[in-house]
Amino acid sequence: MAPPSKLSLGIKRASRSHTYHRRGLWAIKAKHGGAFPKAEKPAAAAEPKFYPADDVKPRAPSTRKANPTKLRSSITPGTVLILLAGRFMGKRVVFLKQLKSGLLLITGPFKINGVPIRRVNQAYAIATSTKVDISCVKVDKFDDKYFARDKKTKAKKTEGELFETDKEGTKNLPDFKKDDQKSLDAELIKAIEAVPDLKTYLGARFSLRDGDKPHEMTF
Amino acid sequence: MPFKRFVEIGRVALVNYGKDYGRLVVIVDVVDQNRALVDAPDMVRCQINFKRLSLTDIKIDIKRVPKKTTLLKAMEEADVKNKWENSSWGKKLIVQKRRASLNDFDRFKVMLAKIKVILSSILD
Repeated sequence: MAPPSKLSLGIKRASRSHTYHRRGLWAIKAKHGGAFPKAEKPAAAAEPKFYPADDVKPRAPSTRKANPTKLRSSITPGTVLILLAGRFMGKRVVFLKQLKSGLLLITGPFKINGVPIRRVNQAYAIATSTKVDISCVKVDKFDDKYFARDKKTKAKKTEGELFETDKEGTKNLPDFKKDDQKSLDAELIKAIEAVPDLKTYLGARFSLRDGDKPHEMTF
Repeated sequence: MPFKRFVEIGRVALVNYGKDYGRLVVIVDVVDQNRALVDAPDMVRCQINFKRLSLTDIKIDIKRVPKKTTLLKAMEEADVKNKWENSSWGKKLIVQKRRASLNDFDRFKVMLAKIKVILSSILD
């Protein structure tokens, strides 16, 4: 066993010169030309102009990612949905596909019940068990960007015009959208007319009558 | 007005409350003043309170507590299923079940058919 390196608290066994030699500090000095290598001091940070009153940790940004919206199992492409709210409340429409935003892409078809190609939230639709065959309908070109609103350019108003009400330009549907509607519905209407009474069914609105118990009705 | 439907061994009854609601069962034994032992082809034999049974007109010929196979044979011979489905009570229940299972499109078609019938009766 090596002799102890200290005899008592604070009293070392080896003297300062002995340890200097033992540690080879003379060799380090010789290697660096006669002086100890001095470590570079890190540059002092500039004094901040402002110290906040409380030492508050900045909140780390959330890494939580939203899951894609789950589509109800009763809603499949071609399902007839009943819309529950909005301008087309009660209308029976055909479901085409779910968009990336989670909204459902639907169409009336327009000729049958006046509902255009539109987006609808699942929560505001009842799925019936009636399905239409939409295998021959192409819906690839419809996505959320198709339905984005046009950005309005605001012209600077002079003092006199400030108090005039906005002269709104008539909102016309661009022609390509009308053509899209026609081409989409052409195939779909053929599939609908193949089923008896389905066309009149889609043309009629749904409503509750006396005695109807929605919690007991199967859709 | 004398009673016509009696609680007896072999009386077919309809369960009107509980887990087996709507099932046709045969009274196979009487346990006490309130309860009977009942059995049906697709059910484990169990006791049930008389209050949960609605007696029907149908009665089959069995001895007290028959074996399951004997019971099934007796039900076949008495043709309980057909007798029930042809009775007005049985027919009503079948219609009720069908109406409850209609989906939205079916209900629409029924409405169209009703209108057609009314119109044709007015126009004729």
